[in-house]
Amino acid sequence: MNMMSDLNTATACLLQMADEHFELEDYQSGVPRWCTGCGDNAILAAVQRLCRDENLRPEKTVFVSGIGCSSRFPHYMKTYGFHGIHGRALPVAEGVKMARPDLTVFVNTGDGDCTSIGAAHWIHAIRYNMNLTVFLHDNQIYGLTKKQASPTSPIGTKSNTTPRGSYLEALNPLTVTLGVQNVSFVAQAADWIPEVLFDIVKAAYHHKGLSFVRIIQRCPEWLPKALDPWMHDPNKVQLLNHANGLQFSAGLSRVYKNQLEHDPMDINRAREIASSHDTIPVGILYRNPGVPCYEDLRHSDKLRTADLTRAGLNAELDKYTVWPQGAKEKVA
Amino acid sequence: MNDMTIEKSVKKPAKKAGATAGKKAAVKLKEHIVEIISDSGEGAQKCGQSLGAIAAQMGNGIWTTEIIPAEIRPPARSVAGASGNRIRIGAKYITNGGDETDLVVAFNEQVLLGRVRAKELKPGCTILLESMWRTNADPKIVASYIETHDKLVAAGYDVREIPMEEECKKIVADARRGKNMFALGMLCYIYSLELKLAVDQIVLAFGKKDQSVVDANIKLLEAGQKWAEANLDFCYSIPAVRATEPQLVVNGNTALALGVLASGMEICAMYPITPATSASHYLSEVFEKVGGMVHQAEDEIAACAFAIGASYAGKCTVTITSGPGYSLKQEGIGLAVMGEIPLVVVNVQRGGPSTGQPTKMEQGDLMAAIFGSHGDAPKVVMAPGTIEECFYSIITARKIAETFNMVVVVLTDAGLATSQQPFARPVFSETWMAPPVDQSPVPKGAKPYDWDENTGLARRFIPGQPGGMHTLTGLAHDRDSHVAYDAEINEQTLRFRSLKLAALQKTLKAPKVFGDAKGDLLVIGWGSTKGAIEEAVETMRAEGKKVSSMHLQFLQPLPPGIKEIMHGFKKVMTIESNWSDRPEDKIIDETNRRYSSLAILLRARYLVDVDCWSEVKGQPIKPGSIRRVMLEKLKK
Repeated sequence: MNMMSDLNTATACLLQMADEHFELEDYQSGVPRWCTGCGDNAILAAVQRLCRDENLRPEKTVFVSGIGCSSRFPHYMKTYGFHGIHGRALPVAEGVKMARPDLTVFVNTGDGDCTSIGAAHWIHAIRYNMNLTVFLHDNQIYGLTKKQASPTSPIGTKSNTTPRGSYLEALNPLTVTLGVQNVSFVAQAADWIPEVLFDIVKAAYHHKGLSFVRIIQRCPEWLPKALDPWMHDPNKVQLLNHANGLQFSAGLSRVYKNQLEHDPMDINRAREIASSHDTIPVGILYRNPGVPCYEDLRHSDKLRTADLTRAGLNAELDKYTVWPQGAKEKVA
Repeated sequence: MNDMTIEKSVKKPAKKAGATAGKKAAVKLKEHIVEIISDSGEGAQKCGQSLGAIAAQMGNGIWTTEIIPAEIRPPARSVAGASGNRIRIGAKYITNGGDETDLVVAFNEQVLLGRVRAKELKPGCTILLESMWRTNADPKIVASYIETHDKLVAAGYDVREIPMEEECKKIVADARRGKNMFALGMLCYIYSLELKLAVDQIVLAFGKKDQSVVDANIKLLEAGQKWAEANLDFCYSIPAVRATEPQLVVNGNTALALGVLASGMEICAMYPITPATSASHYLSEVFEKVGGMVHQAEDEIAACAFAIGASYAGKCTVTITSGPGYSLKQEGIGLAVMGEIPLVVVNVQRGGPSTGQPTKMEQGDLMAAIFGSHGDAPKVVMAPGTIEECFYSIITARKIAETFNMVVVVLTDAGLATSQQPFARPVFSETWMAPPVDQSPVPKGAKPYDWDENTGLARRFIPGQPGGMHTLTGLAHDRDSHVAYDAEINEQTLRFRSLKLAALQKTLKAPKVFGDAKGDLLVIGWGSTKGAIEEAVETMRAEGKKVSSMHLQFLQPLPPGIKEIMHGFKKVMTIESNWSDRPEDKIIDETNRRYSSLAILLRARYLVDVDCWSEVKGQPIKPGSIRRVMLEKLKK
């Protein structure tokens, strides 16, 4: 009887999954409190579109974030969300994925969250290569705490903690990521080129393994002019195209003439491109679908049933049991 | 040269091995404490563990304690390098490591000196000392050996020089491998233990290797027994009552890991730290067989966050650590409290603060466990008092965590972690297991934090549940899990999270009093001191003293009934292994004295003048010390 009703529920679920179509509104929650012109808005639009296009079930989708402006992201999605603590979005997301490989897990993390306080987790997340889609919302400044230099702030950035300009060369998240063993997907997008941003978000979602997408985004409040040179001169942006990567529309190519054919399987070339100083490469730098995912290596194929537990526990207890004469037979 | 001062033991004529020989009638003993110590890697630990297992099989009560040097490979023949095992064997059930050692087997005189200086040996204690150093090629070693030997004899120790190396070399080329089995053979003779049981231990330990290894070890074992029989003029027997039920012999960390196995939890996230790691080692070995996994994270913070993520999306998880690692997890624990995510955190306490004494026993983290994190972060704190409780407390912790959506901290310590004590073999019950992850649709209108007005409890929504979509946040939030900017909501939710502790407290039973419910002195303890305190109380009660004790397994919330119990006694004190200012210090008085942790808690909660006594020597507190303290307290 029970089994029958279980079966009915399962069938109903499958039918429901096949039938149900979701609209943009099914993923939208509340009115974002980001500033007008903030790059986070563009990322939210691209991701909501992705969810709709891929018909992701809202209850099977989780957005995990840390702390910062960009980490408010999950609040604006009508899926499950986890808005945790500063720097720890990645290990939380890894835990979610390990416990529940059936869930689709996205991570939203800022430049302070990922490359500063959470830097250790970032390196190791690349190495674990769990099937997560990670968006690094990189606006090169701490926004929520009101304008402090971040590791990705260009040298000389004036901020409340560096009033005479920041002292160090900016950290390059792409070269760092590409230097970690087991890296499997690295892309870069810019918030002011929404068409490419969407293509990259989509490619990242479809990659099995950790897809790391750095999105260069504007902060209209604290660094309003920082990205002007690149926005005003399309030639300072280099689009990466390839038959195995992205291909761009004619319209886009008319504006962005600076294009480079780059095979995303070529990691050495990817590292070179990532190191470029003046131009911003946009596209897929590296993609290797052959890197194993940690959850596949580690997730047990055994269901943790009471019978399995009883058998496993008793086998262990046997190793350490002192049996009085005759007692073993009694228990057996 | 080493500091050779040895305090006077007792005056006793030293006997020499071989002076008299032949089969002697065994002297009956109620109990004995025996130590086997060597340089690291010489197998004294294995010898001690085997001795404990054999005695347990004979039906004796045992308590074994590992003697661990701080370094992996301390220099050979060094005072700080003693590695080995200490076994208390008794006719009755043994609940703790007991007082000083009665008999010690030492593979060199330097490791022995370490034990003498730590005052771990009983005055007049029998010492079976490897004699090979007397004829060493290095004159410095010879001098050191002779000097130590002579001083020990002069101090009243009963030193027997044993040619272990020489005897072993008759059987194996490298005596370093196998001397421990020779020693085990001697001890089997000394304590009249069945050699057959020792053979079984060898087969168990070396069975996987080739037969020649097993045979050589059995030969060494037999040689040790024969040599002792022919050359020693003493022999003991400790009456034993064979248990009628199967007994489990494991240390506290293995018991914790078995508890995780039995609790139905699926994920343990950890980062290596002494003395907690051995629990995760064992779990790594066995967890996958029952569908679980151990994740070694990149750091303690990540281990906690990983556990929180896994718990949020599935069944309750566990993270295992020790003091410094526990500190690193504090921010994560705050998040779990705020988000109401079930989580079990095990803290195998060690000496602190900072790196402190990683391999030593201390109960210094009680306050950190209760008041740690930031803001008001109510969490449950439990402390097992025995090896058996290490096992069951994990099962209980998992249940509480998932029922109340709370963080449950389980405090053990290095003492429990490395001690063995037999207990009734657990019989698995399905009720120990976590229920399957709820994936049913959420009723329309239900809210992710629908706190009950009276208990603060709310059902949690787990990803995958249709209709339950919400964003969990560490920010103050309302019933919809929406960020709350409203001070009113913030205060209400603080109230709800706090009420859950009271709701749990209502389900707890009053602690049991060990001894009479009324008397002159009540001693209160928590954690690993349980056995020693109860033994001291029992001894004193037999002497006619009106003393009792009470041991708390729940430290937060404190169970009901404690105040009433305290009122039955003229004096109340705690005995703990964490710092309390010494009243005899010149500048310490009632206005500035820092009490031990539990004493502070009890004084604050019940307005009872609870005194305390504490010792923080990195070793379990001995029942003899507790007895002395209680006698003094009775006099005051």
